[in-house]
Amino acid sequence: MNFEKIDKLEKMDINQIKEIQTDRLKKIVKYCYTNIKHYKNLFDKQKLKPEDIKSLDDVKLLPFTYKTDLRDNYPFDLFATALDKVVRVHASSGTTGKPIVVGYTKNDIEVWAETVARTLYKGDVSEKDILQNGYGYGLFTGGLGIHYGAEYLGITVIPVSGGNTPRQLMLFEDFGTTLLTCTPSYAMLLGEAIEQQGISRSKLKLRVGYLGAEPWSDNMRKEIEKKLGILAIDIYGLSEIIGPGVAAECKYQNGLHICTDHFYPEIINPHTGEQLPEGTFGELVFTTLTKECSPFIRYRTRDIAALNYQKCECGSCHYRMTRVAGRTDDMLIIRGINVFPSQIESVLMEIDGVAPHYQIIVTRENALDELEVQVEMTDNAFSDEVKEIENFARRIQNAIEAVLTIRVKVTLVGPGTIQRFEGKAKRVIDKRQL
Amino acid sequence: MLLKQLSIFLENKPGKLSEVTKVLKDNNINIRSLSMADTSDFGILRLIVPNVENVYKILKEHHFTVKITEVIAVKISDRPGGLNEILNYFSEENINVEYMYAFVNRSGDNAIIVFKVHNIQHAINILVKNNIEIFKYEDINTI
Repeated sequence: MNFEKIDKLEKMDINQIKEIQTDRLKKIVKYCYTNIKHYKNLFDKQKLKPEDIKSLDDVKLLPFTYKTDLRDNYPFDLFATALDKVVRVHASSGTTGKPIVVGYTKNDIEVWAETVARTLYKGDVSEKDILQNGYGYGLFTGGLGIHYGAEYLGITVIPVSGGNTPRQLMLFEDFGTTLLTCTPSYAMLLGEAIEQQGISRSKLKLRVGYLGAEPWSDNMRKEIEKKLGILAIDIYGLSEIIGPGVAAECKYQNGLHICTDHFYPEIINPHTGEQLPEGTFGELVFTTLTKECSPFIRYRTRDIAALNYQKCECGSCHYRMTRVAGRTDDMLIIRGINVFPSQIESVLMEIDGVAPHYQIIVTRENALDELEVQVEMTDNAFSDEVKEIENFARRIQNAIEAVLTIRVKVTLVGPGTIQRFEGKAKRVIDKRQL
Repeated sequence: MLLKQLSIFLENKPGKLSEVTKVLKDNNINIRSLSMADTSDFGILRLIVPNVENVYKILKEHHFTVKITEVIAVKISDRPGGLNEILNYFSEENINVEYMYAFVNRSGDNAIIVFKVHNIQHAINILVKNNIEIFKYEDINTI
């Protein structure tokens, strides 16, 4: 179902893509100006007219959209269409205050299904595949987004949602699940559960995992691939742009292909707002090119990544983004140094005997920031001699300090004492009173 | 010849030690000897118990980080200089004692001392050569 259509979209050459982008950009700018008061005000204040946007280069003239704009216009004031054209709303899992809301017309839902289908397509799927969807169903875009994309391709969907690990394992075995969608930390937890229960991997048919919605590292990927016996594909999306489906890796696992005919990407310097060249890390910004209800111009994702313009081995010319290296807002500033939890994670995963669970605790003592990394003791690392264990802790400490260039304290804690997460993992506890 | 010791990882926090002793109590396991190594962050509890393999399994089931370590236990006469004699043999042969502790012995005139050394076979040879009686694990219920 729809495989041919998707194949064509993924294999467009770069000129074709740019032509479509230019055409769609001009249209969406005009559409936003005409239908959303917020944008009309911004354009008028800047004395910018939709007609001023003539090429992709002119994107840099356009104003940014911030998460706060969505909060300020809660719930429906940024919708470009009347509510009778809206068939669904989703809202982000906001941790503070009101959630941010996005709406979908019938056509938006269709586009969304197509983009998610393009994500799934990258794992060489067919209608025979059975997808176990471990993303939450509800206001969160993960569950329903994946669901519609899978159905778009005629894949059998098990809408199990997240959590209830024993049931997930039972479905793996009994239904012969071939594709798994969930967060990387939950995939890791499922892999551990399979090991603990001694389930033989030969009884499982798992082949591909589409994992995303939180930052993770290559080393964590290797662990997950080993534990679950799958190809682990990194996927990227956010509800403001559409949900899952924005970008995904192909089997070469060398960057995430963005559906650039729908979402126009830029990397900018988060402090100055200026565009950054190919290969430079900065804040990822998207302009939605086709959405009807909740189109956004230059939406600031707060995710840190870089772009790759080169054609991929898989034949796709769509620009690739690196995996998300961190968040502009969960970046920690420790004694003036920028620290991303993902940096610490990749160091930990390289050390033999370190469990994939960790917690970062930031405190401030006598006006000095202290970074503590708690790591679980494992059977491999444990010794009956104090000095062996202290050496192990020191090895971790040295490896982290080499990467971060700041002093850290490494504390070994008992197995199973660090909180496990079935959704997005919360790795950082910042106790500083700033 | 070798004594099997359980080594258990503990965080240095109130209540952590009693989590272990509760499991032992609930399973009716009597501790024959113990030692605790502690640092500011963590501790290592070392135990000598009967049926060590079984206790190991029980602690594993309770998700403790635990391993079985081989140590040497020797009987020395309970008098001034008894321990010094053994340590002299070791130091003459350049054997480093990683840690040691004593049994509570309810019978006889002997003390039982547990040693952890790296070159365990070498240490045993020296003890045998000097007619030092090595405590056997099978005798654990006699003390």
